[in-house]
Amino acid sequence: MAKSDGNADVPAQAYMPSDEYRFAWLFVVPALLLSLSVVAFPVGATILLSLTDWSGLGSPRFVGLSNFAALFAEPRFWTAAGNNLIYTTTFVTVPMIIALVAAALLMLIKIGRTFYQVVFFLPVTIATIILAQVWRGMIYSPVTGIVAWLQGLGLNVGNPLADPSTALFGVMLVDIWHWWGYLTVIYFAAFRQVDVSLIEAAFVDGASYSAAFRYILLPMIRPTIFFMILMTVIWSFRVFDWIYILTEGGPGFSSEVLGTIAYKTAFQQMSVGRASAYSLVMSMLGMLAIGIYLRVQYKAEKQA
Amino acid sequence: MIGTQRSTAHFMAYALLSAAAFSVLFPLALMLVNSVRTNFEILSSPLGLPEAPNFAIYSQVWSEARLGRALLNSCLVAAGTVVIVCAVATPAAWVIARRRVSGWLVISLYFLATTTVPVQMFIFPLYFLFAKLGLINNHFALMFVYAAIYTPFSLFLLRTYIVSIPIELEEAARIDGAGMFQIFARVIFPLTSPGLLTVALIVSLNTWNEFLIAITFLQTDEAATATARFYQLSGRYGNDWPQMMAIATLIAAPTIVFFVLLQHRFIDGISAGAVKS
Repeated sequence: MAKSDGNADVPAQAYMPSDEYRFAWLFVVPALLLSLSVVAFPVGATILLSLTDWSGLGSPRFVGLSNFAALFAEPRFWTAAGNNLIYTTTFVTVPMIIALVAAALLMLIKIGRTFYQVVFFLPVTIATIILAQVWRGMIYSPVTGIVAWLQGLGLNVGNPLADPSTALFGVMLVDIWHWWGYLTVIYFAAFRQVDVSLIEAAFVDGASYSAAFRYILLPMIRPTIFFMILMTVIWSFRVFDWIYILTEGGPGFSSEVLGTIAYKTAFQQMSVGRASAYSLVMSMLGMLAIGIYLRVQYKAEKQA
Repeated sequence: MIGTQRSTAHFMAYALLSAAAFSVLFPLALMLVNSVRTNFEILSSPLGLPEAPNFAIYSQVWSEARLGRALLNSCLVAAGTVVIVCAVATPAAWVIARRRVSGWLVISLYFLATTTVPVQMFIFPLYFLFAKLGLINNHFALMFVYAAIYTPFSLFLLRTYIVSIPIELEEAARIDGAGMFQIFARVIFPLTSPGLLTVALIVSLNTWNEFLIAITFLQTDEAATATARFYQLSGRYGNDWPQMMAIATLIAAPTIVFFVLLQHRFIDGISAGAVKS
């Protein structure tokens, strides 16, 4: 075989005799081993456990698909799956719109951009357990919170977390409050990469602010918006902390999601087999949500 | 005409942004203010200002809740996780970025896939395995779990930094007789350091604030990280809100200070990974 040395068409990497890099695989082995042992193998174990009645002690007994059958027969499961759906659809819309508007407003101002970004981003840097307890005690509590203060003014408000019909929305409000600033910072960074002369030209042609936002800024950052919606679908589907801390899935099981049921089934009821089935269904529904979103986006891209 | 439209728009923008900033800061202000009030004051008027600020509560909860230990644990776990992540993700990011291993695409897709897996999908077998091996309450075991979770994200972030390093630098080092390990240690590692700093910031912040895995694997007072400790105390102190808010402030303070001081790096690092064109 002819040596490729001296051939200008071959990319730089090909100049290297492959011998030099025969140990290259050694460089990925630690990362792979770490990930395989903490994620991949336990995922495999979870799939196997979902077919058993294991309690965490003793040896597991194979029970076929009965965990799944039992789970689909539970009303709690359907409430949780529905809540996951509400959570995800809310998060791909409400914080997205707030953040896009806030980022566009930041484009309008010159002084104070950094200040506003730092403030909006601040809650993302604080632990969920802390923010959740602040909201539980200082805002939602009808004894020590803003709700108590509003009641003192004679308003007919209650603790949203104590009412089955509003508990999930009470949780979502806190999560949105803490989350929208993160998106704002990202969208603002994307907006700043848009060519300013395009916007200036539009203004010269007499375009309004809303027209410039809608027809120039938004289309220019489409890839970023799509990426953030995708990440939001992934993240919001696994919501756990906020619900576990604020309501523990209650009252009753009104604000339960798949993530909290799976965790509680494993560590409070010690039904690890059943919990694994929950986790598996949660993952599959999450993947389904990702798949549906990617399909919708693909169709939208084709039309555009 | 345009001028008046502009100044009205300016005014509206500042008004709306300031309202938004207020709504973000208000709950945090409640945390701070109510930490130095008494339970009785809070009960009688939830929105009031402190009559005689009780700053002593901070030293009181510091010793009573054994916060020093918890914050130290958080620092250790965060630092350990950062070290492991950087040690395993940087070399992997290099050979993947330069496509020097034949399976680079499959490996990339595998790491990408792991980022979509919910924690509940692997934590149960891991917990019972750790329990069997006596690794519950063990900080090193926890660091490995965190490191595995944050490695894919770090790898992809570092990859973007490595791709921008000219390949000619590696070539030159190779011609000078450097082997693969030397090229990595002398050329790639130093040139990736801005990326490593960003990874270190984001990974340590995430580790510090992490909840689900911390409360599962750390169950004793001595082992608990700050967030796990706060969760334990939420059950114990129940409704003693001034104490709870003082502890919350002490745990949140380091990350807030850290973030405000290094906000540029945080914001640039986070947008770098997310802004697509």
